[in-house]
Amino acid sequence: MAKKKKEEIRFAPTGIGDVNEGAVQKGVDLPDATEKTHKDLGLSEEQLLAMYEQMYLQRRFEERSMQQYQKGKFGGFLHLYIGQEAISTGTTFALDDEDDIITAYRDHGWGLCRGISAKEGMAELFGKATGSSRGKGGSMHFANAKKKFWGGYGIVGGHIPINAGFAFANKYNANGNISTCFFGDGAVDQGALHETLNLAQLWKLPAVFVVENNGYSMGTAAARHTVAQIVDRAKGYDMKSAVINGMDVFSVYEKMKEIADDVRENSEPWFVEIRTYRYRGHSMSDPQKYRTKEELEEYKTIDPIQRLKTYMLDNELTNEDQLKEIEDKVEQEVLDAVEFADESPFPEEKELYEDMFAEDDPYFHV
Amino acid sequence: MAELQFREALKHAIDEEMGRDERVFIMGEEVAEYNGAYKVTEGLLDKYGFKRVIDTPISELGFAGLGVGAAMRGLRPIVEFMTFNFAVLAADQIINHATKVKYMTGGQIDCPIVFRGPNASAGQLGATHSVAYDSMYAHFPGLKVIYPSEPGDAKGLLKAAIRDDNPVIFMESEQMYGMKGEVSDAEDFIIPIGKGKIKREGSDVTLVAHGKMYHLAVQAANQLAKDGIECEIIDPRTVKPLDLPLIIESIKKTNRCVLIDEAHPFGGLAAEVGFLIQREAFDYLDAPVQRVCLPDVNAPFSKKLFDAWFPSPKQVIDAVNQVTYRT
Ligand SMILES: Cc1ncc(C[n+]2csc(CCOP(=O)(O)OP(=O)(O)O)c2C)c(N)n1
Ligand SMILES: [Mg+2]
Repeated sequence: MAKKKKEEIRFAPTGIGDVNEGAVQKGVDLPDATEKTHKDLGLSEEQLLAMYEQMYLQRRFEERSMQQYQKGKFGGFLHLYIGQEAISTGTTFALDDEDDIITAYRDHGWGLCRGISAKEGMAELFGKATGSSRGKGGSMHFANAKKKFWGGYGIVGGHIPINAGFAFANKYNANGNISTCFFGDGAVDQGALHETLNLAQLWKLPAVFVVENNGYSMGTAAARHTVAQIVDRAKGYDMKSAVINGMDVFSVYEKMKEIADDVRENSEPWFVEIRTYRYRGHSMSDPQKYRTKEELEEYKTIDPIQRLKTYMLDNELTNEDQLKEIEDKVEQEVLDAVEFADESPFPEEKELYEDMFAEDDPYFHV
Repeated sequence: MAELQFREALKHAIDEEMGRDERVFIMGEEVAEYNGAYKVTEGLLDKYGFKRVIDTPISELGFAGLGVGAAMRGLRPIVEFMTFNFAVLAADQIINHATKVKYMTGGQIDCPIVFRGPNASAGQLGATHSVAYDSMYAHFPGLKVIYPSEPGDAKGLLKAAIRDDNPVIFMESEQMYGMKGEVSDAEDFIIPIGKGKIKREGSDVTLVAHGKMYHLAVQAANQLAKDGIECEIIDPRTVKPLDLPLIIESIKKTNRCVLIDEAHPFGGLAAEVGFLIQREAFDYLDAPVQRVCLPDVNAPFSKKLFDAWFPSPKQVIDAVNQVTYRT
């Protein structure tokens, strides 16, 4: 009898071009959106318009920044948040202003939500002295400490333990604030996450750890880099958890508010998976062969900004004219930001040596 | 000789070694289906399949350690880090395990593994993506550290690294992957680890520069030649073992030396080589050895600040002028 042919040994699950599975692995499955109305959620019409303006600002800011990048106005990485705006917006509306936020390098939207103006943001991208981080950080390191936005960080998973530190400080100071941390599906595979979840649960820290699962870690579909459902990581730590539809700002707002209330009340951490989709490539140089055009188009039909717009129009909470006014205002704000960034000076050379140490006149080894 | 890009030279080295030794495999983030974040592994998945070209999650500590374990059990892993900035997360496995297991077990266990990927800065990528780690790894006993500057060296040395029975750190640069250079097509072209090379002969001053800094030295030397100053450029190619005799011989001829190193000044290769030169060639020096390296400051994002931060050919020229008393 002929020997049975041995199966090829494999380690990593395959995605692109997998003959058995079909063409390309799908990014994520979205849970249902909330059925609640804005009134059920206690949101006023003004708040809805403010949410719309915020999401639209994030979108246009990034579309314009991409243009400026392509024109060669600045270099480095540029990771766009386009498609994920409902998460930053829904969350900041759900949190208190005193609550902490920290995120990864896909951080422009978070910065805009937490008080970085379009001008300061664009100037930071351009590496100008007038930027939110004085041109020292660039796209990946927006921060506004005054507004408790503790910044964007470039080492995948590196900022997750730091969020536990914020929660520790809040509990230590008994100030009633909570801390929230946002990171990608790729970061779930870092040891830092697992050590932090254990610590946070063990020490009952008022912290929320949120995965923005946009289906891909660079060119790798979530199912190819991590096992099981991400949200189920919480079970191993006996931690409260939730899955949220991140393409709907109401869903994000509703659940994040509930979670924030619970954390504040009980000083216990949560692990949350918000499912979403990034429309653009990972950064600026990404041929995107790992996904289909159809998948991208499918998500664009459930665009979070369009969705809120449709809701408001269908329920006659606003009209086309009023929305147009907001859009025009935002458009101008972003154009002004580009002009401001372009015309702002670069930092002076001596600033290279500033911000390194606490002292005014620190020691530098030569 | 063939003219190849740096990335192609690396790929050929990996390809040839995978072809000749079943135990060699490569893993890292985006190395397989994406064909490599910087396309070094392009086509290898098609050729060698999913068993030997393996995509990993973003779990540097995990997959570096997995590599160490596989090496201890007789396989010969090539672990690609998307950049060495992320290998910091795997430092425990490299520094506490790979370098020490043979010694701690009284020589019972070998650990033949290559950790490779881009090192140091690559333009405006900010403070966390711009660190040169070669000197840091060279500090630890039990590691060989290679940081070549040209495709030909890269191929010969990577093949040597893969065949080496010890843990080897092999460093590249995002900014060099596209650079072209002559690569020997001799069958089994190997450059022994630890051998530097005189890449330009000159009698006035010795420049020691490796990795990306080598190209800075060349620019400065071209400029200085117009002024009648002839630089001898030595590319150590391997940081450790260091080809000290080659450097000392050159200094005996030129009596002057400038070290160029893309590291911060404290305890970097320039510091080490500077010390060795005074120990081995003190009587031959006509001027104190000078160095050009990064300032003792993190990498800034802003283009203007970055340009001020990054070593320039002008700094090399100034240093040469200083050691030749032309200022
Ligand atoms: C420790 C570390 N490893 C690798 C990288 C390179 N890298 C940057 S982003 C990224 C993918 C992360 O994907 P995900 O966490 O899903 O976030 P997303 O980009 O989708 O927002 C990788 C591999 C890094 N920055 N840090
Ligand atoms: Mg992702």
